[in-house]
Amino acid sequence: MTLRLIQASLSHANGVHALRSVDLHIGAREQVAIIGPSGAGKSSLLNLLATALRPSSGEVQVLGERPWQLSAHQRQRLRARIGLVHQSPPLPPRQRVVTAVLAGKLGQWGLGKSLLNLLHPLDIPGARAALARLDLGDKLFAQCQQLSGGQLQRVGIARVLYQAPDVLLADEPVSAMDPVLAAHTLAVLCQHAQEHDVTLVASLHAVDLALTHFPRIIGVRDGQILFDRPASEVSHDLLDTLYANESLQPAPVPDTPLSVQIPRC
Amino acid sequence: MLTRDNRDPAAGPRLLLSLLAIVLLWPGIRLSELDLSVLLATDSQSEMGRFVSAFWPPAHGEEFIQLLLQATLQTLAIATAGMALALLLAVPASLLASRALSLSAASRGGHPSLWAQLLRWPVRGLLIFLRSVPEIVWALLFVRAVGLGPAAGVLAIAITYSGMLGKVYAEIFESVDQRPAHALMQAGSGRLAAFCYGILPNVAAELLSYTVYRWECAIRASVVMGFVGAGGLGQQIDLSMRMFAGGEVASMLLTFFILVMLADQLSRLLRWRLA
Repeated sequence: MTLRLIQASLSHANGVHALRSVDLHIGAREQVAIIGPSGAGKSSLLNLLATALRPSSGEVQVLGERPWQLSAHQRQRLRARIGLVHQSPPLPPRQRVVTAVLAGKLGQWGLGKSLLNLLHPLDIPGARAALARLDLGDKLFAQCQQLSGGQLQRVGIARVLYQAPDVLLADEPVSAMDPVLAAHTLAVLCQHAQEHDVTLVASLHAVDLALTHFPRIIGVRDGQILFDRPASEVSHDLLDTLYANESLQPAPVPDTPLSVQIPRC
Repeated sequence: MLTRDNRDPAAGPRLLLSLLAIVLLWPGIRLSELDLSVLLATDSQSEMGRFVSAFWPPAHGEEFIQLLLQATLQTLAIATAGMALALLLAVPASLLASRALSLSAASRGGHPSLWAQLLRWPVRGLLIFLRSVPEIVWALLFVRAVGLGPAAGVLAIAITYSGMLGKVYAEIFESVDQRPAHALMQAGSGRLAAFCYGILPNVAAELLSYTVYRWECAIRASVVMGFVGAGGLGQQIDLSMRMFAGGEVASMLLTFFILVMLADQLSRLLRWRLA
């Protein structure tokens, strides 16, 4: 079992309960999509799995280890095997793309190599290859502040591809991209996961993308898992329950009823 | 403003804080015995006038210019050597005192654990001690140890300024976006590498500009210490004042003006290169 949550809860410092007693098992080489309304706890769930946040109660197991019972040093070594793609990748505006991508390997490099890499990039071909898969090879020496939101997201993904982790977690990795690019980028992620026996978990807003690219879908609502089933068994009614929002005023209904098309694979 | 629809919850506290500032300012003015009307009295005006009028014309004899040049170089040397020594202590101390390198903060939403906060206190205490003693006191101490001359000034600047630089560096590190460094630490990176990749690019311009400003301050401070025999322009100003040579003092003040202007331009140039 690669990823495992046992009765895991997470409450933030301001008292908000982001996750409540979540049980979750994800096996090696599985590809899983997490869907759910805004604020449901998708990011919290991914942050728990990435060992970025410590659960308030319950247990997290990643790659057969219990990260919060390890020493800080051992936990850092475990974290080097986990890659997390952020929705808006936190990159210093003045950092060059090549440095931002190569930073993916900081967990595996020693301090000396890391500092040397700041003076002169040590693996330009590696960074170029990771960026080229995402159609961003020409931005290798641009500064991060010169890129658009969608391009930054791809730099974040290229960093994780370069890190080559055993567990790849992605928090809304394609939210700022156009539909074609989003589909292509998700395909690259899934292909990378298959080729390198990587466990892939991604949270997505676009339900159709989730259903097309991922065999297993987890629906999260109010900090709890509402459903966890194969993509083929996710029905229209289930999605309506997942995204139902009572506090929103319904907009005036147009004359022609909107039909929501959810493509299946 | 008072209707319920457009009530701002921050309005009350803001009003209270403004009132508090005014209430505190009044005793402050009384305690410091500030009385601006004295400046307008005729006898004090003529006294000040006589002091300033002695400054004209600035001295420009060849021998004096030679002396001035040498004293200026010595002042620059004191300030630069003092800053270099101060950086040796300030950089490691700021890294230790700053929350920016906290591993526990990365996994606790930016708040370090209690232990990590307690361990930062000794370093903070050291920095507070270093800068709470004015540099002139350090200079007086070192003049007794190493004798009259620039070396005492260098040591005094090194000690006081390491305290100031360390404190402000630590705060600059904390003032920028911490998420890049946190993301790197959450991906297994070491603290120092995460700092260099995640924080340094964001703080470089601010660090440089503050360091150049402090270097400028060190030039001024070396003057005050010259009064107690620590060499440089200060010692010359002290001598000239004792001899009532206003013109020489004016020339040296002009030299200061030029030095500060150069420091200002340097800082602007560096910021422009980095922005």
